[in-house]
Amino acid sequence: MNIRGIVDKMKAPFDKGQKLEKLYPAFNAFETFLFVPNHTSKTGAHIRDGIDLKRVMITVIIALLPALFYGIYNTGYQYLYQTGEEFTVLDAVIHGSYKILPMIAVSYIVGLGIEFAFAVFRGHQVNEGYLVTGLLIPMIMPVDIPLWMVAISVAFAVLIGKEAFGGTGMNILNPALTARAFAFFAYPTYMSGNQVWVSEASNVDGVSGETILGMLAAGGSTDQYSMMDMFIGSIPGSIAETSTLMVLIGAFILIYTGVGSWRIMVGSVIGAALTGMLFNLWGANELMSFDWYNHIIVGGFAFGVVFMATDPVSAAQTLKGKWIYGVLVGVFCILIRVFNPAYPEGVMLAILLMNVFAPTIDHYVIDASIKRREKRLNSKLKMA
Amino acid sequence: MSKGIVIKNGLSINIKGVADKELKKVPLPNKLALILDDFHLIMPKLLVKEGDTVKRGQPIFYSKSNENIKFVSPSHGKIEKIVRGERRKILEITISTDKNDSAIKHKIPALEKIKRENIIDILLESGCWPFIKQRPFDIIADPLQNPKSIFISCFDSAPLSVDFEFILKDQIESFKYGLKILEKITPGNLNIGVNRNQEFLNKELDDFNKNIFSGPHPSGNVGVQIHHIDPINIGESVWIIRPEDVCIIGNLFLEGEFIPTRTLAVSGPPINNPKYFRTVIGAKLQSILNLIDFKNGIQCRIINGDVLTGKTVEPDSYVGFYNNNISVLKEGNNYKLFGWIPFINNSVPSIYRSSFSWLSSSEPKEYDTNLNGEERAFVVTGEMEKVFPMDIYPMQLVKECMIGDIEKMERLGIYEVAPEDFALIDYASSSKIEAQTIVRNGLDYLIKETL
Repeated sequence: MNIRGIVDKMKAPFDKGQKLEKLYPAFNAFETFLFVPNHTSKTGAHIRDGIDLKRVMITVIIALLPALFYGIYNTGYQYLYQTGEEFTVLDAVIHGSYKILPMIAVSYIVGLGIEFAFAVFRGHQVNEGYLVTGLLIPMIMPVDIPLWMVAISVAFAVLIGKEAFGGTGMNILNPALTARAFAFFAYPTYMSGNQVWVSEASNVDGVSGETILGMLAAGGSTDQYSMMDMFIGSIPGSIAETSTLMVLIGAFILIYTGVGSWRIMVGSVIGAALTGMLFNLWGANELMSFDWYNHIIVGGFAFGVVFMATDPVSAAQTLKGKWIYGVLVGVFCILIRVFNPAYPEGVMLAILLMNVFAPTIDHYVIDASIKRREKRLNSKLKMA
Repeated sequence: MSKGIVIKNGLSINIKGVADKELKKVPLPNKLALILDDFHLIMPKLLVKEGDTVKRGQPIFYSKSNENIKFVSPSHGKIEKIVRGERRKILEITISTDKNDSAIKHKIPALEKIKRENIIDILLESGCWPFIKQRPFDIIADPLQNPKSIFISCFDSAPLSVDFEFILKDQIESFKYGLKILEKITPGNLNIGVNRNQEFLNKELDDFNKNIFSGPHPSGNVGVQIHHIDPINIGESVWIIRPEDVCIIGNLFLEGEFIPTRTLAVSGPPINNPKYFRTVIGAKLQSILNLIDFKNGIQCRIINGDVLTGKTVEPDSYVGFYNNNISVLKEGNNYKLFGWIPFINNSVPSIYRSSFSWLSSSEPKEYDTNLNGEERAFVVTGEMEKVFPMDIYPMQLVKECMIGDIEKMERLGIYEVAPEDFALIDYASSSKIEAQTIVRNGLDYLIKETL
């Protein structure tokens, strides 16, 4: 018997009128994971594009993988380098995996559990959005955060950030950033400071786990890191945010396949660069005089802009709106970094802030089109 | 030649099995039918009963909302059956033809003397009126209205669609005569849309007000052409007619008879040597399908119309009133193991570069009817705009149609669109949104609430 036959046999109790009917969405999620279903177009166009939401989401996951792999390596590298012992790349990867894979597992188990429960409860199919969110959440957390905090943050993001608004496609804030913001404000000691960014920094004497932005905010110097370090990503930070190079590979995949909006990415870089230049001229504190191009490659800026700001649900939806939204994300990111020494990383709050304003931006963009239509009508009426 | 208007957003879908430019005449089939589904929102009032003999051009039913709008028999014959569905709703009226070919004769005044009212009366009386549709709403036009202009698109840019230049070539005189008649019934312009590549039509139609278009589908959609030439404002209406129906109107005024010629491009990947067939409106499909060489062992879907907007029909159905296409596709009712993983399922083309299919995007492909996924919530943005060349926000309009907020629908430009303009959105949507159905329901809701 082939796989299809086995699946068909298993499917029988989930069909309409059978005893497991209610659990059909859960079974459907597994079935469609194995097979693209045999559904044919019933109304509307008879032919359909090869894309579907699963493929969109998996493309994003593929784009995330370089940053994730580097993040796993860098976690081990930061720890082993600071302990001063000799180590190989493999040692670093092993240490990183030991730290990070459980976080990913917790994120998927908790998040998908809630998604499945809601799908069964509401009787709709399981949407694939969480596949990306579930991977993003551990990637933007500090490495030492306890697993139970990951679980609570995930639950908060999915329940309050997403399902409360009606589920996939309806949320206002990016769910992954909602999880991070929740953790940040609920457990600040695990989410900021100079002890959380390098694995087990608090247990090892003499290890400094401060991020570059944190050092700058404290008025310190960052001479120990070269621009190349910042670009490649061998610096402390949230798990997968450090490597601008790997994020660029992801950005290339997103733009090349057409899945991610290049307008938002380019807009953000322009916004951040211009704001950074302006502050360079001013130069009143360490963060202001930090070169604008370094602002773009350190911290979570690149990661946030490529993978979080481009979330189509919470970003602006119109083409012009995407430009405005992107530029403003960049501007606010640098503004928050420079003016808020208590919280040197600005990209999370900048994106969340713009998520809230995205519908307003779209409103004015669409309103312009409506105005053009009204103007056309009015000029017609005048002529008549 | 001027470049004309270049449509940028859109998508030309390249499917195997485009009909060769070879015309085959089909003998008059022994059975015809009028399918009521073709006439959206028309409530029929019958003028005949089963067993009656009718002449070609004799009214069979009229519209309850305007009894002057008559629908006539495409051939001499006997009313065989009035097929009814739920709540006795009339679905189709079948006619068995015979050797006799007598037709109703209409008195036609000379072209110079003929007035607008005369023309409209003749069109109504002869059964040619239903060929004239109106925007907004995409329904049969109201003869009491004064449209600001008339639009005719002389090319169809949809995949596998008919080449109007080819089918108009041997009917060009009646086509031009029909245009001259139509010029008289609008106070505004008679706008004819031609493609830049249509050399013959560009030359022949020099005396008329033609607009040249180029670019991908939907540049041939009359709605897109209206939007770019003379957009519809609230309270205005525009009439539209398909090119071959202009020939029928031309012939009516030349010969005084209703001559319902219908030339069809019968095309699709499962057909060997696809070509054109000339028959009559409402002809039994089997009379054409019997002449087609199907490839063996393929489960086919027969579509009355093009692959984006047509209706699925059974082989024992009939040629639709408005279409110049019979499309045939392979039913895609098969499972694809892990087909959703990017770069696995490379045979299915996509506007995203998530498979290698784009490497051979210029080659025609064998599309089937698989949805390639399941319906999901709206997630991805921007893909609808890519295939929608109007200054209208399609996703927002679709959402308002789902909600049914009339004021917002109006502001977003509902009066300028027809379901067919959303056909490519059906195609491109990664969430598999049925945009055409949603917009049709939105328009119907608007008609119900406002007219």
